[in-house]
Amino acid sequence: MEEVIRLPRLGESAPDFEAPTTHGTIKLDDYKGSWLILFSHPADFTPVCTTEFVAFAQIYPELQKRGVELLGISVDSITSHIAWVRNIEEKLGVKIPFPIIADLNKEVSQLYGMVHPGQSKTETVRCVFIIDPNKIVRAMLYYPLTTGRNMDEILRLINALQTTDEHKLATPANWRPGDMAIVPPPLTTESAEERLKQGYECADWYLCKKKL
Amino acid sequence: MACISPDGKPTESGTKLLRALKSGLSSAEDIAQDTGLPLFRVRSGLRELAGAELVIEKGEGYELSPKGNELIG
Repeated sequence: MEEVIRLPRLGESAPDFEAPTTHGTIKLDDYKGSWLILFSHPADFTPVCTTEFVAFAQIYPELQKRGVELLGISVDSITSHIAWVRNIEEKLGVKIPFPIIADLNKEVSQLYGMVHPGQSKTETVRCVFIIDPNKIVRAMLYYPLTTGRNMDEILRLINALQTTDEHKLATPANWRPGDMAIVPPPLTTESAEERLKQGYECADWYLCKKKL
Repeated sequence: MACISPDGKPTESGTKLLRALKSGLSSAEDIAQDTGLPLFRVRSGLRELAGAELVIEKGEGYELSPKGNELIG
């Protein structure tokens, strides 16, 4: 019988875990009150993953300013992770400041649906889970083994989610901080009429934007 | 940031947490603010120190155990 694996879904609680990392044993609960980016990579000492780790380390200060922590994960051992981050520092001059889960038994990877057998039966694909301070999954990205992730998009996504939380607005395509945001659509004909008088920039009653 | 080394002694970070408790701080949040360590590291570190019986959970916070107190001097 084929095994059914349930993936986390947006708006639901992130699955709890306790796992060994390069910074000691960490529980998901340890991040309560902070935003968390949990991201998987296929394997240590591989070229695309190395470029991604350097890139994650480079955006880490910007993430910290936004109250966001990073937590990496792969099915490699602690010893491999330690050797790899030391190698990155030695060869590329970049210190990896965040912990990495050693998920040798794939316990956490399975909980988060990070192993996609169509891509690899043994490695995790390039997943990104953005988990908010209440441990709710707010966004997920899945990239194939061959494509390194875009750090600008990850930062943009964090900015957009935090802006939505702060202002109760949505963000349009390609939104960047400083751009106008979208006012949620009206739910009654009366509020649709009123909306047009409220000074928003409206293409029509259902598409109105405002400056932050 | 493992707080206990394989020989059972507190690491540099472990010692930092023990000193924070010695100074009278109790909650992980206050210790994170005082030490500049990320909150998740403080929480996991305190749990590890509790496992080594160097600190004791007390209500919402932690305090040094007699063993931890003796160690930190």
